[in-house]
Amino acid sequence: MLYRGFEENEGRNAPLIAGATTSEHMSETATPSDAAFGGHSIVKGGSGFQPRVLRDTAARWVVWIGGLGVIAALLLIFFYLISEVTPLFASAHFEARPEHTVPGQGHTLYSTVEEQGEIAMRVSDTGEVTFYDIKTGVVRGQQQLPVNGLAVVSVAEVSVERGQLAAALADGSVIHFAHEYAVSYPNDQRLLTPSVVYPSGEVAEPFMSEAARGLVVRDDGDSSVLFGIDAAKQVHMKAFSKSTNLFTGESSVEVTGELSFKPVVVADILLVEPLLKWLYVIDQANGKIAFYKLDGSSEPELVEVKEVGSGVVAAKYLSGGISIIVAQTNGVVSQWFPARDKAGDTYLAHVRDFNPPGDAKLTALGVEQRRRGFAVGDETGRVSLFYATSQRLLHTEQAFKKPVSRIAFNPRAQTLLAESSEGKVHAYHVHNEHPEVSLAALWGKVWYESYDEARWLWQSSSASSDFEPKFSLTPLAFGTLKGAFYAMIFAIPLAIMGAIFVANFMSAELRQIVKPTVELLAALPTVILGFLAGLWLAPFVESNLPGVFLLLVLLPLSVPLFGYLWLNMPARIRYLVPAGWEGALLVPVVSVVTWFCFAVAKPIEAVAFAGNMQAWMDSTLGIHYDQRNSLVVGIAMGIAVVPTIFSITEDAIFSVPKQLSLGSLALGASPWQTLMGVVLPTASPGIFSAVMIGMGRAVGETMIVLMATGNTAVTDASLFSGMRTLSANIAVEMPESEVGSSHFRLLFLAGLVLFVFTFFLNTLAEVVRARLRSKYASI
Amino acid sequence: MSQTPAIDLTAKNTQSVTSYVKSGQPYVWLTAAAISVAFIITVALLGLMAARGLPHFWPADVVQAEYVEPGHAPVPMLAELVSEEEVSTARLKSAGAKLDDDKPFHTRVLVKVGNRDLYGADFRYLLDEWIINRSYPTDVTVLERMEWGNFQGFITAVKQDGQVIATGEQVWEAYQPLQERANELRHKLEALEDGEIGTINYGLEKVRLDTRRLALKGKTPENAPEDYQRLAERKAEFEAQYEKVRVALSALKTEMRRDALVLKSVDGQEKELDLSQIVRAYQPNGMSLPAKIRVYCVKLWEFVSADPREANTEGGIFPAIFGTVMMVMLMSVFVTPFGILAALYLREYAKQGVVTQVIRIAVNNLAGVPSIVYGMFGLGFFVYFVGGSLDRFFYEASLPSPTFGTPGILWASLTLAILTLPVVIVATEEGLARIPRSLREASLSLGATKAETLWKIVLPMASPAMMTGLILAIARAAGEVAPLMLVGVVKLAPSLPLDGNFPFMHLERKFMHLGFHIYDVGFQSPNVEAARPLVYATSFLLVLVIILLNVSAIRIRNRLREKYKALEG
Repeated sequence: MLYRGFEENEGRNAPLIAGATTSEHMSETATPSDAAFGGHSIVKGGSGFQPRVLRDTAARWVVWIGGLGVIAALLLIFFYLISEVTPLFASAHFEARPEHTVPGQGHTLYSTVEEQGEIAMRVSDTGEVTFYDIKTGVVRGQQQLPVNGLAVVSVAEVSVERGQLAAALADGSVIHFAHEYAVSYPNDQRLLTPSVVYPSGEVAEPFMSEAARGLVVRDDGDSSVLFGIDAAKQVHMKAFSKSTNLFTGESSVEVTGELSFKPVVVADILLVEPLLKWLYVIDQANGKIAFYKLDGSSEPELVEVKEVGSGVVAAKYLSGGISIIVAQTNGVVSQWFPARDKAGDTYLAHVRDFNPPGDAKLTALGVEQRRRGFAVGDETGRVSLFYATSQRLLHTEQAFKKPVSRIAFNPRAQTLLAESSEGKVHAYHVHNEHPEVSLAALWGKVWYESYDEARWLWQSSSASSDFEPKFSLTPLAFGTLKGAFYAMIFAIPLAIMGAIFVANFMSAELRQIVKPTVELLAALPTVILGFLAGLWLAPFVESNLPGVFLLLVLLPLSVPLFGYLWLNMPARIRYLVPAGWEGALLVPVVSVVTWFCFAVAKPIEAVAFAGNMQAWMDSTLGIHYDQRNSLVVGIAMGIAVVPTIFSITEDAIFSVPKQLSLGSLALGASPWQTLMGVVLPTASPGIFSAVMIGMGRAVGETMIVLMATGNTAVTDASLFSGMRTLSANIAVEMPESEVGSSHFRLLFLAGLVLFVFTFFLNTLAEVVRARLRSKYASI
Repeated sequence: MSQTPAIDLTAKNTQSVTSYVKSGQPYVWLTAAAISVAFIITVALLGLMAARGLPHFWPADVVQAEYVEPGHAPVPMLAELVSEEEVSTARLKSAGAKLDDDKPFHTRVLVKVGNRDLYGADFRYLLDEWIINRSYPTDVTVLERMEWGNFQGFITAVKQDGQVIATGEQVWEAYQPLQERANELRHKLEALEDGEIGTINYGLEKVRLDTRRLALKGKTPENAPEDYQRLAERKAEFEAQYEKVRVALSALKTEMRRDALVLKSVDGQEKELDLSQIVRAYQPNGMSLPAKIRVYCVKLWEFVSADPREANTEGGIFPAIFGTVMMVMLMSVFVTPFGILAALYLREYAKQGVVTQVIRIAVNNLAGVPSIVYGMFGLGFFVYFVGGSLDRFFYEASLPSPTFGTPGILWASLTLAILTLPVVIVATEEGLARIPRSLREASLSLGATKAETLWKIVLPMASPAMMTGLILAIARAAGEVAPLMLVGVVKLAPSLPLDGNFPFMHLERKFMHLGFHIYDVGFQSPNVEAARPLVYATSFLLVLVIILLNVSAIRIRNRLREKYKALEG
């Protein structure tokens, strides 16, 4: 019975022990006990011995799994951050749907895809509207616009979001229509039913006396303005105002203005700003853009004419209605928007160029409806997807063998529809989540819309939906380094000099009080330091600014002076204070000097700065003063890092082998010479690592900067302005960031940057310190 | 070249300026000054917090005076002087004061006038010299109210059921017992609201979730009538209970509204106030020192034991203390075993080679990674990923409102556990390393297995080190705010994470935290002047707790070192 139990134990044990020995083999556990107790007992024990071995093995496994698990969990942080960040830099990815022939008849004038990316719509020159399944090409619905047999010459988008379009007929009239999709769920399956509706009736309203080419319609609900080009290349404008009778519900349209003029260039394409402020007339053959300022009823005023450098294939407004995108015959795409020069005059700025691969002539241009993305097609059948703000080529796809004639996106920009010149349609599912991010856009200056020059800007959200997000990490990284820099300026002298005194000159009993007290500062929660900095120090510094500067000057001067006076004191007073107690002696001195500085500061301010130093600085020196500024942050964050630097430096200096300094002193060097010549050079790697670790702390500090600065992202190194740091930015924006969005991932990128930076600093410090320790050990 | 100049070996005057500079003494004095400054800063910070926070609870005297702005009629005022400072005339002018004298400085005082409902703001900056005819009448009464901050003025009459029962000299005597009665009633009311109504609401919410769960399982009232019947019964039971409590509550409320005070402010505005609206009242100008000390202690106790009022600017910080303690305790539960396991692995089981050294350095450096990064990890990984998955699998009934897929105390304590892991690991490892090898070898040579040696010899001896690590971890966690802002802290939690409703511990709830309270009240509060002293007091409390923890950690570490010195010797 006993024997069998033993056997069973052995049997159950075997794989465990085998596992243990293999892993042990891999790692060669050093402690000698393992060989004796890892299961290879030399003692032939009875069964009573076995539970102990089992327990031992179990303990080993628990520790192994637990320990490695914890380490894996800590590693997980790093990999998790990486996994959140990598999708930012991935290119777009196209998933092709089968190619098919364009259904319906006639020549396509307009095509688009609805929200879900399921049904495409095309409007042909015969006035036929065809809805077809994007995957199969099967016609899902077909309707004829009430054109009365007239040809449609051009189609204009009135409101992309609401699917409203306008078609110009050959007789100069314009018909408004919209495409709508009813959603139903028969048998729990989504079914879209497309239809064409006529928001202002099925009647064409008259616009021009002949066919309006390049039709543009701007409509804000109550009024609309139509633009068109006639055969003589004259531009016509006509404004309407709509009113609805409250009782009958009938709406009536009234013409409020009409105008026509001959532009300075051949009018081929018209682009009109949604707010009706600017008009672009584009000459395709000669590649010229005439930039006009619209002014209500009178004739538009020409601002300037720009040459694009080659012929123009197509030009469109980007979403947001500020930039125009011009596809050129030389294979280049250019972006333009109005900006102001130094004199404050508006001009048409050529913002940036995009170069699709190959120099083939471009043939088609399509813009995304909600972001600033666009795609161009060329005569070799390639489609290239770009993003304007980040100037990024996201993907190139060989869609056809023949030239691409038309490109359209669905509103979510997840479906791209390309038509070829020979009537084929190719749809793609587009995975393009984070086009606005590129390394150049993150760190370099970017010329954003509505700005007059390229800038570093961080502005992640805005009230308007048409907003161009500005994701430059540079101002945040700059703010982080600026805060850390001022903190280090405050902390390094204080901490290192203090550590020198404590380690080298201070008496042992005083050291036992002072060192823990200063280290206690390290335990002070930063939220408290931030609170004190923001609500006490900032107003205090603001109203005592001269005192602060006076203190910075007077304190370093008064202390050696006091030392000299002390030296000349009668000996019996000097001997009252034992050696190594100078620090204690100085506490009242420093306090008195500080008090003195702030006491005389106000009279000085009254005399020298007319009672208000900030106002004086602003008017005389042109320095703007923010109440929560770098000076305050520098002091507060400096206080936070002083104990870190102090403690490590003190350790490094204190552990310099005594025989070195004693040798130096014995050779006749003064204590100060010994310190400068022997102790500090020996301890310098330790001091270096102390500074690195302190720097790491200052860089990652969140609460102090959050509370003691105004959190404005500026790139200005002034001592009297605030900053926005990476960490504070995360704390402010993370809770309201949409999970998985570019903004969310960028915040993770900011976190990763912080992580890597501090980890690097700390590792550097640790390596340096380890080498120092082995050096000491060898002495 | 070869001729070295003769060295003058005569003693120099060591007290001359040149020799003083040459000796390096000035620099030594400078280093000494640096450490004095660091020391002064430490002490001054603590002193500042104490000096700004603690006097707030003192029933300070209230001055009655007239405020005479040049060109205006005198305005009667009744105010508590909070602070005063010298301000230059230029600054005062740029702030909008109409000054026409040529004095360079004026004393500006901050006064608390109270009566926010009458005056709009309860703090004001005034010029000291324009406050005239000061007096300290003993019948000035300060009323702490549930709403609108303090009332400072005079009691003209006491009313009961709408009838005046005392006027003139007797009001104070008549008022005292009535206030005690009102406070007792309020406690009863609060107990009912927190206890019974809370339980009923919790029960009703569970019934709702159970109903939804049934629906998700595909059960309808038609195919599972008995299940629905049971739920309906439970619901009816709760509703009946609620009806009963409601009746009791409204009876209590009527009782509380029985008595009222007729008050007059210093500028003659009359006001009637229910006693139910008053927390306490005192007449500071007539109080003796012991009486003041008594009020001080009562207010201090209220600060640590009561719920906040008025958007956290008045009342106590009990929920924040409770939240901090509970979060830290939960964190300790997570961090201790895992930190010790990792340290044991690194020190006792892993091969001491390059890889282990790298891991050790990496773990060490994780302590220097900014805490906000841990917060992001907690939010992304714990809250959205783990919590979101938990919700989908176990809490489908309450979706789309998340249960664990939203910041809460569990995720906060887990995040801080990861944040403080390096601290525990490093401290424990240090403790393990200090245990003399001879002890282990003795144990092993007596036939103990490695596990037994660890369990019986090494771990008990290393326990003070683990304790140190844990205390340091707690001290760090208690003061950490940045990561908590992402993973579960709120400015005002409707209920504590621990209550009388099964399962008692509600790990998914959000909580309040002292550190965040400081940030929130100090920076997001609508009434900064009123909130500021409370924030100082909160800071002081938090600092005291953390210093206590740190000092005990240092003590334990020192004792431990002494102990091993003896063993090694």
